[in-house]
Formats: sequence, structure tokens, C-alpha cells
Amino acid sequence: MLSIKGLNVYYGTIHALHDIEFEVNEGEIVTLIGANGAGKTTTLHTISGLIQPKSGEIKFMGKPITHVAANKIVEMGIGHVPEGRRIFANMTVMENLEMGAYIRKDKAQARDDYEMVFSRFPRLKERIKQVAGTLSGGEQQMLAIGRALMSRPKLLLMDEPSMGLAPLLVKEIFSIIQDINRGGTTVLLVEQNANMALSIANRAYVLETGKIVLSGSSKELVASEEIRKAYLGK
Amino acid sequence: MEFVQQVLNGLSLGSVYALIALGYTMVYGIVKLINFAHGDILMIGAFGGFFIMGAFGVSPTTILISFIVSMGVCAIIGIIIEKTCYAPLRNAPRINALITAIGVSYLLENGGRVLPFMGPNPKQFPTFKIQNYNFLGINISQTQIMTIAISILLMALLNYIINYTKIGKAMRATSFDMNAACLMGININRIISFTFALGAALGAAAGILFASSYPQVEPYMGFMPGLKAFVAAVLGGIGSIPGAMLGGFLLGIAETLTKGFISSKLADGVAFGILIIILVVKPTGILGKNEREKV
Ligand SMILES: Nc1ncnc2c1ncn2[C@@H]1O[C@H](COP(=O)(O)OP(=O)(O)O)[C@@H](O)[C@H]1O
Ligand SMILES: [Mg+2]
Repeated sequence: MLSIKGLNVYYGTIHALHDIEFEVNEGEIVTLIGANGAGKTTTLHTISGLIQPKSGEIKFMGKPITHVAANKIVEMGIGHVPEGRRIFANMTVMENLEMGAYIRKDKAQARDDYEMVFSRFPRLKERIKQVAGTLSGGEQQMLAIGRALMSRPKLLLMDEPSMGLAPLLVKEIFSIIQDINRGGTTVLLVEQNANMALSIANRAYVLETGKIVLSGSSKELVASEEIRKAYLGK
Repeated sequence: MEFVQQVLNGLSLGSVYALIALGYTMVYGIVKLINFAHGDILMIGAFGGFFIMGAFGVSPTTILISFIVSMGVCAIIGIIIEKTCYAPLRNAPRINALITAIGVSYLLENGGRVLPFMGPNPKQFPTFKIQNYNFLGINISQTQIMTIAISILLMALLNYIINYTKIGKAMRATSFDMNAACLMGININRIISFTFALGAALGAAAGILFASSYPQVEPYMGFMPGLKAFVAAVLGGIGSIPGAMLGGFLLGIAETLTKGFISSKLADGVAFGILIIILVVKPTGILGKNEREKV
């Protein structure tokens, strides 16, 4: 569904991604794990078109999207839950969801999707008129996820959804991710929390200073000595 | 009574500043550019009214047509200026766009001077025969009533667009976080064009209102009200829409009070005195928030 080949990304002279290659197949949860500064966010930003790569190719559903504008990429079916949530804190919960539905032309179905989001996140429904900046961290994360779902993505990019959340909430968020995946949405999950990420992902790639150094099924990686030492703290 | 009279005059003047200040603050809110050519849009709008009412006389219908045509034309000019002059510099250092804005301002002013149908000399702006109404010793002219009424109407309309329409909400989202707005599928270029168009349309309306009470038009006429409206935007908190409205009214009232009670020579200076004070005391303005640090 998503295939990335020979991707090189620079910030000025900083070479942030070196020849990145990976694939996400339809229906999977794939996780990209790595330490802070490894290049995870850069990878997602490049897929979403916020950053232009120096070289390489990104294909989505068989079509090259490497040089497609960010707003068109959303229309093609890639949703993005950005790092740090990036909700519109000055707008209400409902307005945030409306922004998520910005590209939708099918009004009636969009209405059903608001209901879908509210049934998934009842707490958002209770706070529908509340200004989003006043929500708790967990609620903001739910809003960021709900907002991304409103575009009906085929592929959902999630950048450290567990960041800054209490363990119980992290569990909840991960079970929501599994739920979304079961509903038919493919998920590319970026995490520093390798334990949790590997527990729900089908496959994983390990990113170190802009290079993919390991890949395999989650089971293989959990069993690997290297990963256990470096990322799972065991 | 004199005090109330000056406050009323200030409201009328201030509503014009507020309309112009909105253009500065909306554009700044989205692209972080002080569009110094914005005052000159006011001049173009005023000339629009000058040509239409000069040709067809002054009546409620021609006034309405003047507003619609001037606002429409200036909206298009605003979009063209953004696309040709500012868009190519969007990723350049901010100072480049700022200098370009000053260049665009000179171009519009001096362009107006050489155009045969505009020219460098002030021209009488067509207005109603001056008619004053008197309530309890306070004078109010027809032009003042029109100025306040139209300004408030336009601000209410803007408020509706920003808060209740899809594109207005997208403007707020883009202004808050441009990258996040991109990830919603919002076409940022369209939002920027729309913002420039909206600002320029309000500027054009302000131009007709300003020219009606002046009542003259000339190519440099946008400079001073433009500069003062910029001060109003900073006073209210640049980037804040209610701030621009508040700043405009406060500045207008401060100016007329100075004119009435201290000295009319000081009236122009008071705006810049306020600018200095606000920059020292509260650089974010009355309703401005501290800039969020973007990581
Ligand atoms: N806007 C930027 N400008 C310059 N360097 C950046 C920028 N964003 C990220 N980097 C650098 O690129 C590398 C990868 O960063 P990032 O993709 O944010 O990593 P991660 O998400 O894995 O923590 C880091 O070395 C970081 O310092
Ligand atoms: Mg990151």
C-alpha cells in the first residue's frame, strides 16, 4: 500500500534520512521505532508532503506521491496524527473535528463519521463545545486521532501517540489503535515506546540516526537480543 | 459635551482604522508578514469610489456600487500582490518579504502618481451635501453615521465569516498552526489568497469612508491612515482580530481627544507615542497572546 525507496532527506546540510526503504501492506499495523532524533517524525512528515526529500520515491496505492502537495495527499487517503497532537487549541472540539473533515464532500456520510468518532471517544462528545486547549493530554490525543479519522484515511500515520500520557491512558490509546486497524484502516505507528508498539504491530522497522538498521515481524524483533537490550530495557 | 463630541468623532475615525487594522492583523496572523502595502489598497479603494461617484453622482445606489466594486477590485489586487510579490518569498527570511512590501507600497503610490487618470494632485472626493444632525448639543454628520454603520456592518460580517464558515474556520486553523492545517487537507495557498482578499476588501471600504470625510483623494493618501492602523493592530495585539477592532477604536478616540483638548498638531503624533509605549510596556498588545514557541 505504501512503499518507500531510497529516501534521502536533508535539513539544510543535516542529512536526516539516509536511503530509507520500507513498506506497509494493506491491513497491517507497522511500527517504526527508534530513539529520540532518529528521524521518525521526519519520515512521517516526508510521507505527508510537509518536507520534500532530496531523492527517493514514495508510492501510495501504486501512485507516486513524492512531489504531491500535502493537502492532496490527505485527499488521496493518508491521515496523520502528528507528534505532540497539534490540535487547534483555540478552536472547539467540534471545530477541530470539522477541520479533520475539511476535504469531505459527502455531508451525510461525514455526519455518520462524527457519530463514529463520538462513539469511539464519548469524552469528546461531552466536551463538544469546549475549547480544545482546555482538554487534558489524553483527551487532546483522542481529539487528534478523531480529527485524523474524519478524513476517512486508508492509511493512518501516527507519531508517538503515547507521548506524555499516563500508563493507563497509553493502554487505552493502543487498544484504540488496534480497534481502528480492525475497522479496516492500515496504520503506520511511530513510537519510542517500543514495548507497546511491538505488542500491537505486525511488523517493525528500527531507525537509528536516519538509517533503518533492523526489520522484521514484531515477534522476531521482540526475541532479538539487540532489540531487547537497546529498546526494551531487558 | 465637548468630550462626548470628541469621543463620537473618535468612534467614526477609529472605525476606519479598525477596518484597515483588520487587514494587517489577518495577514500577519497567517503569513507573519507586516504588509506595508496595505495602506495603499485604501487609496485604490478610495479612487474606485471617486471614479464611480464622480461619473454617476452621489446617491445611496452609487455609494453601494462604489463599495461593491472597490472592494471586489481591491480583493483581486490583494490576491495578485500576494501571488506575485510575497508567495515566491514565503520560505525566505522574513525581512525579505517586509522589504518587498515596502517596495510594493512605493510602486502603488508612485504608480498612482504617473497614471494619467489619477495623477499627483489631490482631487475633491464626491460626497453628500454636508448635513449635520444635532442631538442634545452633539453634532453628527451623515458621513459619520455612514462610516460607523458600514464599519460595524462589515466587522459583523467578518466576524461571521471567521467564526461560522468553513473557510473562516480553516483560516483560524491555518493561523494557529499552518503545518497541522496542511495535514487536514487545507489548501494553504487558497487560505492565504482568501486572507489577502478579505483584508484588501476591508481596506477598500475603509478607503471610501476615509475619503468621504476627508474629502480628497491622492496617491499618498493611504500612507498615514495605513501607518496609524498598523499602530492600532499592534496596540490591540497583532494577529488578534478583536484586538484590531479594539485598537482601531482606541486609537481613533485618542487622536480626536488629543485634537480637541490638547493640540491638533499633536494628533498625528499621539499614535506613534502610543506605539512606543505599547512596545515598551506590553509588546504583545492588549489582546495579543505571547507567541507560541514552535519547535
Ligand atoms: N526542522 C528541523 N531543522 C533541522 N534539523 C531538524 C529539524 N527537524 C528535525 N531535525 C533533525 O533531524 C533529525 C531527526 O529528527 P526527527 O525526525 O524529529 O526525529 P524523531 O522523530 O525520531 O525524534 C534530528 O537530528 C533532528 O535534530
Ligand atoms: Mg519525533
